[in-house]
Amino acid sequence: MSFLHPEDKHPVPKVLRGWVLPLLLLALWWLAAHFHWSSSPLLVPVDKVWDTAVEQVRSGELWSALEASLRRDLIGFAIGVSGGLAFGIAFGLSRLFERMIGPTFHTLKQISLFAWIPLLSVWFGLGDAAKVAFLSLAAFFPVVLNTFEGIRSVPPELIEAARVLKFNRRQWLFKLILPAASPSILAGIHLALIYAWLATLGAEYLLVSGKGIGNTMIDGRELFLMDLVIFGVIVVGFVGFALNWLAARLERRLLAWRGRSVAQF
Amino acid sequence: MSQAGTLDIQHLSKSYPVKNGDLSVLEDVTLTITPGEFVSIVGSSGCGKSTLLRLIVGLEEDYQGQVLLDGERIVGTSLRRGIVFQEHRLFPWLTVENNIQLGLLNADLTPGQKRLAVREHIALVGLQGFEKSYPHQLSGGMAQRVAIARALVSKPEILLLDEPFGALDALTRAYLQQELHRIWQAEGITMILVTHDVEEAIYLGDKVVVMEPRPGRIRRIVPVDLAHPRERAATAFAEVKQTVLKEFSGDSASLAEPPLRVEVADPEQIRQWRFAI
Repeated sequence: MSFLHPEDKHPVPKVLRGWVLPLLLLALWWLAAHFHWSSSPLLVPVDKVWDTAVEQVRSGELWSALEASLRRDLIGFAIGVSGGLAFGIAFGLSRLFERMIGPTFHTLKQISLFAWIPLLSVWFGLGDAAKVAFLSLAAFFPVVLNTFEGIRSVPPELIEAARVLKFNRRQWLFKLILPAASPSILAGIHLALIYAWLATLGAEYLLVSGKGIGNTMIDGRELFLMDLVIFGVIVVGFVGFALNWLAARLERRLLAWRGRSVAQF
Repeated sequence: MSQAGTLDIQHLSKSYPVKNGDLSVLEDVTLTITPGEFVSIVGSSGCGKSTLLRLIVGLEEDYQGQVLLDGERIVGTSLRRGIVFQEHRLFPWLTVENNIQLGLLNADLTPGQKRLAVREHIALVGLQGFEKSYPHQLSGGMAQRVAIARALVSKPEILLLDEPFGALDALTRAYLQQELHRIWQAEGITMILVTHDVEEAIYLGDKVVVMEPRPGRIRRIVPVDLAHPRERAATAFAEVKQTVLKEFSGDSASLAEPPLRVEVADPEQIRQWRFAI
């Protein structure tokens, strides 16, 4: 019956399996640089990137760039999520609101996020305001859509139960609709967190001014410092990973009432 | 006040609009239920027995005839009428005690009184020790007991039960029938049970209302004059069962499934709850 438990005898322990590919790539990279498989200046040795990393950390460059990026990220995320929640809830609750705003919203959401950049830069300039506006927009749409979807798909069984229990409007919203929609709402916020971080980098590339981890990478490219560019990519990846990990943990905790199975009524 | 809770159903008819015309679900149902009575309603699928309950609880409207509680026409739902559905319909994000407390959200009680009432009803359904559990941690029978406690905590005059044990295994079902009987005696309220289990109907009911389908009508009301606790294997019990079953076997057509399944409660329609503004 061992085919049912393929986990039982495996050469690599489970927790380490995710590390196999990155370590292999790292080894390959190291070998390629060490044995000069390519003479291209694009191939920088591993230890040079390491030195750059140490230098970036020691000089505080990394922290100030990261701080600038993360601050914008969080402000934009907060604005986008609050706006998205308000909008999504109004959308889900009110028929009038959906009829009036719905068509416009569904048209606007079809516009690629990056298409907003020229307009935003005209309105807000090239500074922080435009970047924050851009990434709040990135966070806004997934929250609206998921909140709306969550509210619209509250199980009819529970709606009837609430009717029998004579909920008033406030109880209807806070005891039934929002908790029932919370898995979907949290999924929207989770998406917003990821989108906002992607948009943070996008904004730094497209509205080049000021400080940020994206700007660090642009500098690296302009000065042909491949080590700096690679270091930037790694940092961006780790930040994204950390944000995602945090959000997933928080979500699991808040939705512990679901148990392991999908909720049944 | 001793007569509070008299349910009077007079010439009740209900139909749903379908593609070509109206589909009659209930036709000229007349039934009087006195306070403290336990009435079982049996019938094959499509005989409108669930619709009857939904009309009494106030989830369905637009009917002809009268549904009167103490002489007053029933409009909408009310905490005076509780219901337990086939599914437990507990709020999965709330613990057992918080689910039961939902029944008291709008009750005119102090927080202390509410806590006490919740504790009493947890004890009534025998779930001490599970106060902090979430619905997904409960078995089907336990969840159904929580649903009964939630429906009873607001002290309704009538408890409606829509095939409450239909999804449970036979042993749990037999046990919960016994429990329900004990609760009925302890609370002294009117209970109306819809079921398609004839034995369950006789075991619990003071009378058994036999319904027939297409359109849903009352075929016969069989009184059950047996002392409690009732013994399913007793001759007298078997005789009542024979009487009830004979009503079904009269014409085999009434036993058959209806040709098309009518979705009485359209989920999409229930979802149209939205605020107007």
